[in-house]
Amino acid sequence: MKKLFLVGMMILGLSIGPVVHAQSVYPDVPKATGEPHPEGNEYMRINHPALLRHDRDLTVRDGDRDIDYSLAGCVACHAVNGPDAKPVTSESSGYFCRVCHDYAAVKIDCFQCHNSLPPDLGKASLMFDRPDQSLEVLLTYLEGLSQ
Amino acid sequence: MNIPELKPLGGCGGGRRASNEKGADMHRRDLLKSGAALATITLAPGVTLMAMGDGVAAKANPGVRWGLLIDAGKCPSDCNACVTACSDEHGWENNGLDTDPQWIRKVTLRDKSTGRENSLPVMCQHCENPPCVDVCPTGASFKREDGIVLVDRHTCIGCRYCIMACPFKARSFVHEPVTDQKVTTPRGKGTVEGCNMCVHKLDRGDGTTACVEACNATGYKAMIFGDMNDPDSDISKALASYPSIELRADLKLNLGVRYQNI
Repeated sequence: MKKLFLVGMMILGLSIGPVVHAQSVYPDVPKATGEPHPEGNEYMRINHPALLRHDRDLTVRDGDRDIDYSLAGCVACHAVNGPDAKPVTSESSGYFCRVCHDYAAVKIDCFQCHNSLPPDLGKASLMFDRPDQSLEVLLTYLEGLSQ
Repeated sequence: MNIPELKPLGGCGGGRRASNEKGADMHRRDLLKSGAALATITLAPGVTLMAMGDGVAAKANPGVRWGLLIDAGKCPSDCNACVTACSDEHGWENNGLDTDPQWIRKVTLRDKSTGRENSLPVMCQHCENPPCVDVCPTGASFKREDGIVLVDRHTCIGCRYCIMACPFKARSFVHEPVTDQKVTTPRGKGTVEGCNMCVHKLDRGDGTTACVEACNATGYKAMIFGDMNDPDSDISKALASYPSIELRADLKLNLGVRYQNI
């Protein structure tokens, strides 16, 4: 069963590989694992700093943990796996936040204090966007995934 | 204390207040909190806030004053369980260097005339009138409504005034980069930190702290945690029945941590 899964994954990986890396001036934003934001991606792209700043103050100052926008929530859903099938940290240029922030040359300070890895390591996005996906890279990835 | 309310200076941090005191700004916050029926609120052009969920979480309750009572008579000098538990819970590490963080430490007191030795844990004493809050230039050092004194690292600039102001040496500065932090305790280089009375545990309703759990697990049961405003809590009953002291009571800071048998 595991073997079948691996083969399936490999075919999937090979088939979507070149499509993902279509030439575009905009960065390729890695897909998230959870439900889409009800507000829409465009809203989140513009407003995520304000939402996070607002809710962090509710948590730190008032002890309100029942908030809508937490950094831990972002990290849990938007994790991206590296070539070894383990989620990458904010040190990696493939990290979800960094894909756009590097493009826009906006530095993020969040991960100087916050952990950039998701609490549940198993839920990360399946594929790491790398332009140089060779068969060897894919095999390493699948090997890591099966562990 | 009747200190006139300080109005926050407008314009910084997206309109967030940087003042330590709950002030006029509260009205706006109350409005926001009560806005569960509203879908969104427009604060200013381009800034829209989604309404809070209507779930009632265990927030900082102004009617509560969390406190700790430590019986030094029951605290053996060779036990370090509370310190280890704190370190594990919050992910700080002290390897004996002067610059290493120390949220809680065991202190040995010795009576010079009799030679009697006493061992006790000392951490942030969660003053009612905290000097660290008085001196903080950015409002990062603040007191929560339930009496817990915290550092908001988002606004902490690492000036370390609070470290100098604290009579109990309860605060540490993070000198080295930190990785692999606990999700519940974000911490990083260039900010000040100290005992936070396990706010994340209290907010999720555990009603105890890591050090107290560890102390109880050893069987010494030298620490009692609870609400000092509630006359029926264990800590209030113990405080009412037996003599206890505050460290540096001469400073009249009204501490949240009390000691017995020192």
